[in-house]
Amino acid sequence: MGEVSVESAVDLGPALRVLDEMAPVEHGHVVPLLQAIQEAYGYLPRQVLLETATRTGIPASHLYGVATFYAQFYLAEHGRHTVRVCRGTACHVRGRQAIQDAVDEGLGIHDGETTPDRRFSLETVACLGTCFLAPVVMIDHDYFGSVNAADVPEMLEDYA
Amino acid sequence: MSRIASPDELASLRDRLASAAEGKKRVLVCSTGCLAVGARDIDTAFRDGVAAAGLEAEVEVVQTGCHGLCAMAPVAVIEPHDIVYGRNRVKYVPDVISETVQRGEVIRRFCYQRDPGMAHVDDIPFYEHQTKRVLRNVGRIDPRRIEDAIQRGGYQAAAKAITTMQPDEVVAEVKTSAIRGRGGGGFPTGLKWEICKSFPGDDRYLICNADEGDPGAFMDRALLEGDPHSVIEGMIIAAYAIEATKGFIYVRAEYPIAVRHIRIAIDQAIEAGLLGSDILGSGFSLDIEVREGAGAFVCGEETAMIASLEGERGIARSKPPYPAEKGYLDQPTIINNVETFANVPLIVGEGGAAFGESGTEGSKGTKIFALAGQVNNTGLVEVPMGATIRDIVFGVGGGMPRNREFKAVQMGGPSGGCVPAAHLDLPIDYDSLREVGAIMGSGGMIVMDNTTCIVDIARFFITFCAEESCGLCAPCRLGTVRLQEILDRICEGDGTMADLDALERLGDVVSRTSLCGLGQTAPNPVLSTLRHFRDEYEAHVIDKTCPAGVCKALVPEKEPAAAGKEA
Repeated sequence: MGEVSVESAVDLGPALRVLDEMAPVEHGHVVPLLQAIQEAYGYLPRQVLLETATRTGIPASHLYGVATFYAQFYLAEHGRHTVRVCRGTACHVRGRQAIQDAVDEGLGIHDGETTPDRRFSLETVACLGTCFLAPVVMIDHDYFGSVNAADVPEMLEDYA
Repeated sequence: MSRIASPDELASLRDRLASAAEGKKRVLVCSTGCLAVGARDIDTAFRDGVAAAGLEAEVEVVQTGCHGLCAMAPVAVIEPHDIVYGRNRVKYVPDVISETVQRGEVIRRFCYQRDPGMAHVDDIPFYEHQTKRVLRNVGRIDPRRIEDAIQRGGYQAAAKAITTMQPDEVVAEVKTSAIRGRGGGGFPTGLKWEICKSFPGDDRYLICNADEGDPGAFMDRALLEGDPHSVIEGMIIAAYAIEATKGFIYVRAEYPIAVRHIRIAIDQAIEAGLLGSDILGSGFSLDIEVREGAGAFVCGEETAMIASLEGERGIARSKPPYPAEKGYLDQPTIINNVETFANVPLIVGEGGAAFGESGTEGSKGTKIFALAGQVNNTGLVEVPMGATIRDIVFGVGGGMPRNREFKAVQMGGPSGGCVPAAHLDLPIDYDSLREVGAIMGSGGMIVMDNTTCIVDIARFFITFCAEESCGLCAPCRLGTVRLQEILDRICEGDGTMADLDALERLGDVVSRTSLCGLGQTAPNPVLSTLRHFRDEYEAHVIDKTCPAGVCKALVPEKEPAAAGKEA
């Protein structure tokens, strides 16, 4: 997460709209502010963070500190689809490691990485709270329950 | 909905809604947890089917919260006879409408264990051993319709508190109930409120901890998704009691449905005059803001949560001062868990003494558990405090799949411990669990059979804590990683007896010297398994075997794995 990709010029429009809507931005709003910016861009572009710092008076170092602390903020462009493999306890005792291996292999990437074609990003999550479906995989907003390793390739196919 | 101006208006609205609903047949389709297995299509099929049969005037299809029997998802309950159907399929919905909804006849294939003798809620062992109090509305209302909540008595207790009681009387009532916090620590809720009030402050704040981070726990998720109004009502009562006018609900972003439902509920409550300014014409006002977490387990710890709300990294602060004295923006602040707030309307409604009649000496009321793992009836369960582990795992849970042998139940998530078969008849309460090295925690129960390796489970939890440590204090940041390394060694067949002693020694140091609850409890899964399953550790270390056959390096008959190590 520490890497910052080299970016071409980013349209600041969406960020300015977010800042406008949330004005006056107070220190306590940093997390929701970053969430709104990420919602608009899919990640937190460096230029946007710097501009946000200038306009709000919140130090860029602080924005960066918060962005790197929480697992859900991305500093680099994210895949079009997010695959989340649950690593909760129920999934663990019902064989989630085999699912993880199959997903890793199917995508050719590991936790926290994005495929070169930006089709998929892969994450593991502490628990999706759907333990009765264990082992669980979530792709974007779709849940897949009682997953078999053999089902994984087909599961991924549907997401272009 | 137009603004409700007084408690009397609220009561008469409830009566009107209740009499309008009388005699109606309802199909209650779980539209929360079951969404993951096609509940949306089932709901649509029922609506289309009811319309096609021209039954719209007499049959209502309702999208509800969780019915609890998640193992049979997607689940629907058919009123007025409370027939529970699981494993619903779109193509069979017309049969269900014509046979069961219209004629009240039971169809075998959808019944619990395909036994038509177990079609009704009261006949199903899963429900028979339960006492649904806090979950009373979950599965019975459309959580996105405040009218449904009001019809079932929602906001009556809040109306009573803010219009007929003094704030201190409310605190006293909660103290009388002797309820202890449902988030894990078990601190007496009324006492916490009283302590908060004893400190002067320019403002007071109320925070609902809905950052249900323990893997294997989904009680709070079910409450927020299925009955958000009872949580809001509990917050109104609490805010009135401690004289706060601003509240937060800090909810995990991993729970999108819960976030949506609580936001809808807040908007509707404001519109109805039940939240916001001058609630029910009482002069009392409360503003509630929803904040979504951003993926940090440590933010479930109260001081880390406050830091996060203040726009900081979620790093814990040293206690004392406790949040009740110096919390959000250094003001006196109360943080309670979702389930605690959902209990508060019951306490105020029926009185603290009546509430305290159920449960055990030291733990009153009921507790919701999320039952998962190697058990037949995975799902959401509410039992009186003092129920035994056997009641829950075998009575409610229906025992183990394929009649495998019960090995342990993991309680309390990464802060908890594994309770072995020897304690199956232990009545569950805060104190009894502590005595056997586990904790109540938030209420996640993961059942394990003999295919689960206990050393691997200890490693699983310590790996989790090592990853989620905020990194501020050394015992937690470094100690959890050292513990993980030792367990890695043991699972790979390189462990020694000295490693077992090291686990105990280091675990003790991390427990005693970490700054916050995350580190203080992180060694619990290791220490409790060492205590109850030392044989299994020794098998890994001395015999170099994994009795459960999980640790790949120690299972010779299978292909030796390159690395059993997790990233």
